[in-house]
Amino acid sequence: MSFISRGFRGKKRDTATSSRVPPGQYVVTDFPVLSAGPTPRVGLAEWTFVVEGEIDEPKKWTWEEFRKLPAEEVTKDIHCVTKWTKLDTVWKGVSVDTILEGVETAAEFVMAFSYGGYTTNLPLEDVSGGKAWVAYEFDGQPLHPEHGGPARLLVPHLYFWKSAKWVRGLRLINKDEPGFWESNGYNMYGDPWREQRYWGD
Amino acid sequence: MARTAVLGRLEWQLGNVAELVQETPRVASLVLDVPEWQGHLAGQHVDVRLTADDGYQAERSYSIASAPEEARLGITVERLDDGEVSPYLVGEVRKGDKIELRGPIGGYFVWRGDDDRPLLLVAGGSGVVPLMAMIRHRSAIKSPTPTRLLYSSRSQDDIIYRAELDAFSAAGDGFTVAHCLTRMQPPGWRGYARRIDRAMLEEVGWPKPQNPIMFVCGPTPMVEGVAGHLVDMGFDASSIKTERFGPTGG
Amino acid sequence: MTVQQSDLKLDGNAIAGLLREIFAMEMTTAESTCAGCSKVHAVGQVEVYMNAPGVVVRCPACGQVQMRIVKGGGRYWLDLTGIRSLEFSA
Repeated sequence: MSFISRGFRGKKRDTATSSRVPPGQYVVTDFPVLSAGPTPRVGLAEWTFVVEGEIDEPKKWTWEEFRKLPAEEVTKDIHCVTKWTKLDTVWKGVSVDTILEGVETAAEFVMAFSYGGYTTNLPLEDVSGGKAWVAYEFDGQPLHPEHGGPARLLVPHLYFWKSAKWVRGLRLINKDEPGFWESNGYNMYGDPWREQRYWGD
Repeated sequence: MARTAVLGRLEWQLGNVAELVQETPRVASLVLDVPEWQGHLAGQHVDVRLTADDGYQAERSYSIASAPEEARLGITVERLDDGEVSPYLVGEVRKGDKIELRGPIGGYFVWRGDDDRPLLLVAGGSGVVPLMAMIRHRSAIKSPTPTRLLYSSRSQDDIIYRAELDAFSAAGDGFTVAHCLTRMQPPGWRGYARRIDRAMLEEVGWPKPQNPIMFVCGPTPMVEGVAGHLVDMGFDASSIKTERFGPTGG
Repeated sequence: MTVQQSDLKLDGNAIAGLLREIFAMEMTTAESTCAGCSKVHAVGQVEVYMNAPGVVVRCPACGQVQMRIVKGGGRYWLDLTGIRSLEFSA
């Protein structure tokens, strides 16, 4: 073990094991902001969300139209690959099942893409069946830009890099392709319970 | 010495805290004995790594404040209230404690003192730290390089190394300092009382024909603002070296 | 869409130690030519975002991603496809 710094505790974290905390994670009470670039500032008048790719008719919503879709409030635990876990986070958004309603496709994967250029890939079955949302409220407030507002993808059962901030669409694709982090070290799937952080995990 | 500093082995080593100096209410210097230290250049930094007893680690970079000529290694740290590492270094650390560090690191933001171009140093808050290493180095080698420091602080109490800077100015060897106090000024204050702007840079800086080298260090928005002004004033980007400390200054 | 400067933006000096681990030499004085806009900048001057699952380096002129660095699980992954050429002294 390396040198221990006398009296250093570090940020408030709880390493107590619990069935809610995946291996290698610690629980935090703040909400760290991670960023790969400048925070995109998207005006609601220009915001759109699309579903495109392996689909007969692409779908598109403006902010106003999107807000009219049935939404739900969910409470979820989230797990970041940088090892922090946050329990009982409260979100409001539209289920991806609602967004994909009526969509016929043979595609088995999606690429989520965002304002600012970020992408992340997921199996279609991991964003359906009540497992994913496009969320626009966190903790009862409109989602702040630094946390991905106006809207972000929320896929709590996978590491949080899959919950693309500033999401603007889903592209249905036949073959799994690596997104921004998956193409440079991070796991294609990202299951925190099997600690699938990196390539080969 | 210079070549060693730039290409030396980069391994974690332990420094022993020999002295703690409270510079301002929120800023302290840690003076370290580092037995394996290979030497450094003014402007370089060290990475500091802290390890909690459950193995959790946090790492941060801190500019070296001491001149290469000094026997001990000094770093100066601003305590950020919501920080993770700085409240440990400024508040918990005691004389005799050991700190894990590696360095020296950096080759871009460095002043060797071996040319005679005049120097303009522009500091925002704790951005003064690497520039102070340059100023101390200049004094140690008795360099005649004409040097001007433009240093922005919130208030007079926040000026780091204030007495030492006054002493260097008073030495009359070609070093001057212009302070700006952006939030609070003492009664009778005759220095600048606003954020650094182009007019101030034109007053304090060296004229273009003198071909100065310029180092700018501090919070990201301040560094980018100042660098932008200097480029607008016609200075070549290659004469302007910048180091960003992030929003809160380090 | 307007893009504002992020408070979390630093420069190449902030990853000097990490680059030294990878390249085994000081890299902040190396000059990188952007594969997107062809502008040349010292690595000490490039934009660095470190608060991420990895480090993202962007061109200060055009904002394009120049490098991505991930360190974890005992490995490094380095993507330099945003750099056309990296020049440094022998």
